[in-house]
Amino acid sequence: MVTQAGPPDPTGGPSTSRRRRLRSGPAVRDLLDEALAGVAARPTRLILTTLGTVLGVAALVGTVGLGQTAAGQITQRFDLAAATRVVVQPDDKGGQEGEAATQLPWDAPERIERLNGVEAAGTVSNLEVGDDLVQNVTGLDGGAGKALQVMAGSAGLWDAVRAVLRTGRLFDAGHDQRADKVVVLGKHAAERLGINRVDSQPAVFIGDEPYTVIGILDSVSGRAELNDAVIMPNGTARDAYDLESPDAVEIRTAVGAAQLIAQQAPIAIEPNNPSTLRVDAPPKQGAVRKGVESDLNALFLLLGAVALLVGGLGIANVTLLSVLERVSEIGLRRALGAARRHIAVQFLVESVIVGFLGGLLGTAVGVILTVSVSWIRDWTPILDSRLAFGSPLLGAFIGLVAGTYPAWKASAIQPITALRGT
Amino acid sequence: MTATAVALPAPVVEMIGVRRFFPGPPEVRAINGVDLTIGPGEYLSIVGPSGSGKSTLLHVLGLLDNPTGGVYRLDGVDTMSLRERRRAVLRGERIGFVFQSFHLLDHRTVLENVALSMVYVGVPRRERIARARVALERVGLAHRMEFAPTTLSGGERQRVAIARALVAEPSLLLADEPTGNLDSVNAEAILQVFDELHSEGMTLAVITHDDQVSRRAQRQVRIVDGTLQW
Repeated sequence: MVTQAGPPDPTGGPSTSRRRRLRSGPAVRDLLDEALAGVAARPTRLILTTLGTVLGVAALVGTVGLGQTAAGQITQRFDLAAATRVVVQPDDKGGQEGEAATQLPWDAPERIERLNGVEAAGTVSNLEVGDDLVQNVTGLDGGAGKALQVMAGSAGLWDAVRAVLRTGRLFDAGHDQRADKVVVLGKHAAERLGINRVDSQPAVFIGDEPYTVIGILDSVSGRAELNDAVIMPNGTARDAYDLESPDAVEIRTAVGAAQLIAQQAPIAIEPNNPSTLRVDAPPKQGAVRKGVESDLNALFLLLGAVALLVGGLGIANVTLLSVLERVSEIGLRRALGAARRHIAVQFLVESVIVGFLGGLLGTAVGVILTVSVSWIRDWTPILDSRLAFGSPLLGAFIGLVAGTYPAWKASAIQPITALRGT
Repeated sequence: MTATAVALPAPVVEMIGVRRFFPGPPEVRAINGVDLTIGPGEYLSIVGPSGSGKSTLLHVLGLLDNPTGGVYRLDGVDTMSLRERRRAVLRGERIGFVFQSFHLLDHRTVLENVALSMVYVGVPRRERIARARVALERVGLAHRMEFAPTTLSGGERQRVAIARALVAEPSLLLADEPTGNLDSVNAEAILQVFDELHSEGMTLAVITHDDQVSRRAQRQVRIVDGTLQW
């Protein structure tokens, strides 16, 4: 220890053994340790200092998170299928005693399909089958005492309701024209009838008439009652049950064309009396609502930004205060061989640590906020993982910016002024 | 390195005509033409009343301040031509400071305080801790290593500071009024530590206004109005 500093070896001179160290400075790890120790020395102050950043980052993460979550809900509600669905049916208010004032023509789908923006159209009708129960060959009617609905549709219906087959095939215009005794089963209807494959050409009875099951649906969009129904071609329905006219026309439009088609469809179907038809179209994509939401978002983001600014100023302020408080420490470190940049790096790193901790806490608060609100409102919380991982870095960046001036200030302190007195 | 190839020990400190003026108006000539040589193993005291320039001399000796003119070689290294970075390195490696007000970090343990003086020199952590332990044992504070400095007495704190100054194995131990904040008993204990260090071959320069302290040194110089008197 001390003996090392004893009378120098006359051959070597007093400093040869140490000269090798002249080039090596402090390890980066050591500077980080010093900064960490500096931050940890005043825990209460640390918490107070991070507060601004916590609030700012929490506001940002919460706003963006809730925005994304809400947007997720909206797109769930206004999904593509719903946004492109238009249904035309006779307006029953126009008729006497609830009777429809007008009847849809059988060629309504063809008329509609001529419109630009229509992807597919087809008729759909509920059949009044009276006492005719739907039964399978063993006489099972699906139980539950509730008769299965029998429906009729045109060949174009399937495309219009985005029907997806589970097995078999769908009826087409040929079945329709020939009035073939075939049916397609909705998926729940098939379950109730105990039919799950069609390769053996199973039959169902409607009343006493057998119908061949040619396909089973897996899913449809929009008209959910198809899932619980036995569907036959229009021609068959006209033959067997004297269907006079279709109940409704299902139209699938191109994306964004629903509003236009909703205006044009009644005229195309009933040029003389379009007002006797009722059109169900998706609600206009709430432009107003969206506007309000983005305004609200902008407000919150602005608040978050202001909070971040205040947080940054807070860090800058406290770091500056801490520099002034620790003048003698700075002087000591300089006396122990710290260069100006080591002092600057230490205070900068301290400030970055404070910012990072603030960002981390803020992100946690923001995520908790998003999840809690989602939980309360029964939403699916959606949060961009880049946001969750990026926000602590944002805090660190704020710390970096906020710490620059105090760090420079600290490094400019002359060791002699720092060591004088006290 | 000095050019002399003879067996004569090279001086630790070699000052020739060192001046430090503070620009005015009025210009203050804090030290004005100081010639001072401190050989290895020497125990020197620099006494002088306040305002005599002894603080400035200490700062210049400790590479904390740049002289306005003259020549100052530390361990044969011409410090006048060094950039700030190199001065900092040289300062960290060659000079151990002991201050009147100790300058210990209150939030760190005694051991960490001592180990701190090797951080900027680039000694690895493990070695720092090991050497700090030895240094603290050396000044009789083995039982206080994990204590906070605020819980120690003034004399103990100054011994921590001495351990910190020694642990980096400096060429020169520079003490500025080391007993100024201590009672006579503690002051005597510190001076005994200095005596021991001297006997072990350490080069010491103690700056003081106290003749009692000054007399313990092997050689005394007096500074008056910025110049040395023998």
